[in-house]
Amino acid sequence: MIIKYFSWVKDIVGKSEETISISPDIDTPEKLIDFLITKNEQYKKAFSKRATIKVAQNKIYISKSTKIKNDDEIAFFPPVTGG
Amino acid sequence: MNFLGTVRAKDKNNKNILSMTLEHYPVMTENEILKITEKALKKWDINYISIIHRIGKLFPKDKIVYVGVSSKHRQNAFNACNFIMDYLKTNATFWKIEEFENENKWVIQDKKEIEALEKWS
Repeated sequence: MIIKYFSWVKDIVGKSEETISISPDIDTPEKLIDFLITKNEQYKKAFSKRATIKVAQNKIYISKSTKIKNDDEIAFFPPVTGG
Repeated sequence: MNFLGTVRAKDKNNKNILSMTLEHYPVMTENEILKITEKALKKWDINYISIIHRIGKLFPKDKIVYVGVSSKHRQNAFNACNFIMDYLKTNATFWKIEEFENENKWVIQDKKEIEALEKWS
């Protein structure tokens, strides 16, 4: 799975992208966040306000309960601020 | 109807902005902009829509966003332009970081931007 991070989520996690292999039981963004925050304090901090963080699956907005797979590209980012 | 947005010289606390950098999510950004134009084309009788959004480092007064809509009746163009700007601000995957003399700060989305969408539902 490719995971991308943008804006302050990227700054806190300390990387813009990573490739990880996840077990089949991690099948929603909610569960992926639960897994990531066990890795280190940076992830824990980045996802501390998880309700505000948006998720995309293969470049389409999804909810945190949508089913995801190992070959997806998942992105985590704060609400957008363009325009 | 043309709207041209420019970079502000001061932030909400009246602090001088030296520059601003726009990050985006390539491909998703273009897809979201396309979705917005498709919605506008369904909603109003429009001839033509043109959207340009800058990325990278910009300075106060630089042009940041352009929306142009042409239609037979002006109200359709005014409404569509307003609709497109509201959705660009809430759906298109851009993030601004404002650069000040001693710090850089990611811009936080204003709740008013989300409330602005209510008029289209």
